[in-house]
Amino acid sequence: MYDRGKIITGIILFVIVLLIPFLYNSFTGRAAYVPELTTGTSEKECVGPKAFMRTDHMKLLDVWKETAVRQGVRTYRAHNGKTYTISLSGTCIECHAQKEQFCDRCHDYAGITPKCWNCHVYEKVVRK
Amino acid sequence: MIEKTLHGTQRYWMWVGFLFLLVVIGFVSYLVQLREGLGITGMGRDISWGLYIANFTFLVGIAASAVMVVLPYYLHNVKQFGKITILGEFLAVAAVVMTVLFIIVDLGQPSRVFNILLHPSPTSLLFWDMVVLSGYLLLNLFCGWYTLDAIDKEEAPPRWVKPLILISIPWAISIHTVTAFIFCGLSARPFWLTALLAPRFLASAFASGPALLILLCYGVQRFMNFDVGKDGIRKVALIVTYATVINLFFLLVELFTVFYSSIPDHMGHFIYLFKGTGGTGILSACMWFSLILLVCAIILLVRPETRHNERLLPWICGMVLVSIWIEKGLGLLIPGFIPTPLHEIVSYVPTVPEVLITVGIYGMGGLLVTLFFKIVVHVQISKAG
Amino acid sequence: MKRRDFLKIATLTLAGVSVKPLTNLFTKPALADISSQGTQRGLPQWVMVVDLDICGKKDECTDCIEACNRVHNIPLIKDSRHEVKWIWNAPFDSIFREQGFGRVHEEWPKKSVPVLCNHCENPPCVAVCPTKATWKREDGIVMMDYHRCIGCRYCVAACPYGARSFNWKDPRPYIKEIHRDFPTRTKGVVEKCNFCEERLARNLVPACVEACKEGGLIFGDIRKEDSMVRKILSTRLSIRRKPHLGTEPKVYYLL
Repeated sequence: MYDRGKIITGIILFVIVLLIPFLYNSFTGRAAYVPELTTGTSEKECVGPKAFMRTDHMKLLDVWKETAVRQGVRTYRAHNGKTYTISLSGTCIECHAQKEQFCDRCHDYAGITPKCWNCHVYEKVVRK
Repeated sequence: MIEKTLHGTQRYWMWVGFLFLLVVIGFVSYLVQLREGLGITGMGRDISWGLYIANFTFLVGIAASAVMVVLPYYLHNVKQFGKITILGEFLAVAAVVMTVLFIIVDLGQPSRVFNILLHPSPTSLLFWDMVVLSGYLLLNLFCGWYTLDAIDKEEAPPRWVKPLILISIPWAISIHTVTAFIFCGLSARPFWLTALLAPRFLASAFASGPALLILLCYGVQRFMNFDVGKDGIRKVALIVTYATVINLFFLLVELFTVFYSSIPDHMGHFIYLFKGTGGTGILSACMWFSLILLVCAIILLVRPETRHNERLLPWICGMVLVSIWIEKGLGLLIPGFIPTPLHEIVSYVPTVPEVLITVGIYGMGGLLVTLFFKIVVHVQISKAG
Repeated sequence: MKRRDFLKIATLTLAGVSVKPLTNLFTKPALADISSQGTQRGLPQWVMVVDLDICGKKDECTDCIEACNRVHNIPLIKDSRHEVKWIWNAPFDSIFREQGFGRVHEEWPKKSVPVLCNHCENPPCVAVCPTKATWKREDGIVMMDYHRCIGCRYCVAACPYGARSFNWKDPRPYIKEIHRDFPTRTKGVVEKCNFCEERLARNLVPACVEACKEGGLIFGDIRKEDSMVRKILSTRLSIRRKPHLGTEPKVYYLL
């Protein structure tokens, strides 16, 4: 192999750089960190099952957006048979009022900034 | 062939560096605009399109004008355009890239631009504009590149190039017609509501585009030692001549219709443009300047002695370019909005960030033209004879 | 038959058959059809009436404007270039100049008239939107989808009434009171009066109509024979803004 020394050194460096996130987590003990959520409500039921909401709440919100804005339909028949008003600020935030202790926890952990809050109002934005 | 852009004189690198600097300045200004919103421009509730769309309109014309050298060369075998045609095609590519950039910087939510494709609206001319501009970009890029590649390899170009080039001819007309339709279908804006807008756009395009091409050919001759041929330039100058005359004629025809029929709603916009009623008067001064430039350019162009004067022609082309940039840019956009639908007079002044972003986009266009032309010239020179 | 002949005939047939669907894509009457579709499905056709005999009697009255601004979290921006307004007052002379106003009282040209989106039957703004972020509902309301708007401002250019506002910057700092019941908007999208469709969904009249204690604004379903709007429009003379443009506005002004 030509330039064997340089190539092997390069490969080793590359692998180390690739593993930096995992090395960082294990050295700082952050690996075991899982965001802690406070739902902010004593309600036991959401508009969808917990497992479904965990993975697909953004898809549900997308469906809600289409239904409410483009079709003008504002009611949603949930899995538990109850009817909810389609509204991020009205229904979701009604229970999860402390967005910083619920929504933001996972979003910050995953490094996501959903743009919903640019328009949709939550407690901190309300100004009387 | 791209490797040809990597070797050049110091002057070349300084020019590229300068253009790149303009692009960076424009880009940083754009980041500020993304953060603050379009409010940092001079546009407002009443004048909601300004410098960006003005330049967009002008540059679509430059892009479409490639047809003025492609058509004679490919359909009528005008051999004098042999070395010019490919330069025209690459100028068109750079111009289309600039038009797309101007649209993007004008959007309030640019990250959503693909909504146009996800939710197509065939009644909207902006949808069709996206379609035809993308098509034209690809057409010219592929045709130009593979034609050049064929010259480089000293072979005949691939068989599919010719049909695509032929398609690009009506397509060029279509891009500028669609652009005109963006404006001339709006019942809300009487200044633009004229069937003559599309022909006016085409006439001014065929005046300004070839004028720019002539200037670039002189640049290529001076800085890269590549002569496209005196005959070719003279023929292009002839095209500019006819187009500028027709452009002036169309303007006069518009003035007659508007002022003879004396409909206040229609006259108001032209009066604002030429008299600057209630405004700062800067726009009307520019418009008169544009008109004077146009008339002077025409006088110089129609006389063969002046048109064939190689020291004078670049200046004449510059006059045509500036004149049409004013007339078709802000001279088209602003009077469209003033007087407002509620008959108010408001003024528009582009802000510094707005100008910097504009300059940045022109820098990008200049960069593309420089790089493309360098490749073309090197290939042509190395394969000449 | 030779292959060439077959191809010629096939192309001509295809071209001929696609003429009607292609022209359908472009014809504006399609927008007016939406309302007849809605009527057939039993949906209301909303109409607003402004009684100019009542409106403007109170000096400098802005009750309707303030109600709209409050209910919809509309920002108050002093720089007139960046203003956002859904309903506002303008002089009669600016609004109805094309129609003229005869030789009535001298004060009429200066008379303040509330203006808003007309929710046209034939909205030019809907035709030009490249993403269908604005569309006409079957009940006649011209809606805005702030999620989809790309902020190209083509609709602003197309509106003959200047009814649309663009968010030139983030509106939130400029909103005096932010209410939870309605979202704010973000920079880079266009907005306009929505006939309070979120209130209509709860069987409430638009905020401006409710706010006018003198009854200067009347709102209702023009289909219904016993509606106030139907009755008043058949008894009193009314005009609309720029009728010659064929937009068929649904905001009527009683003289």
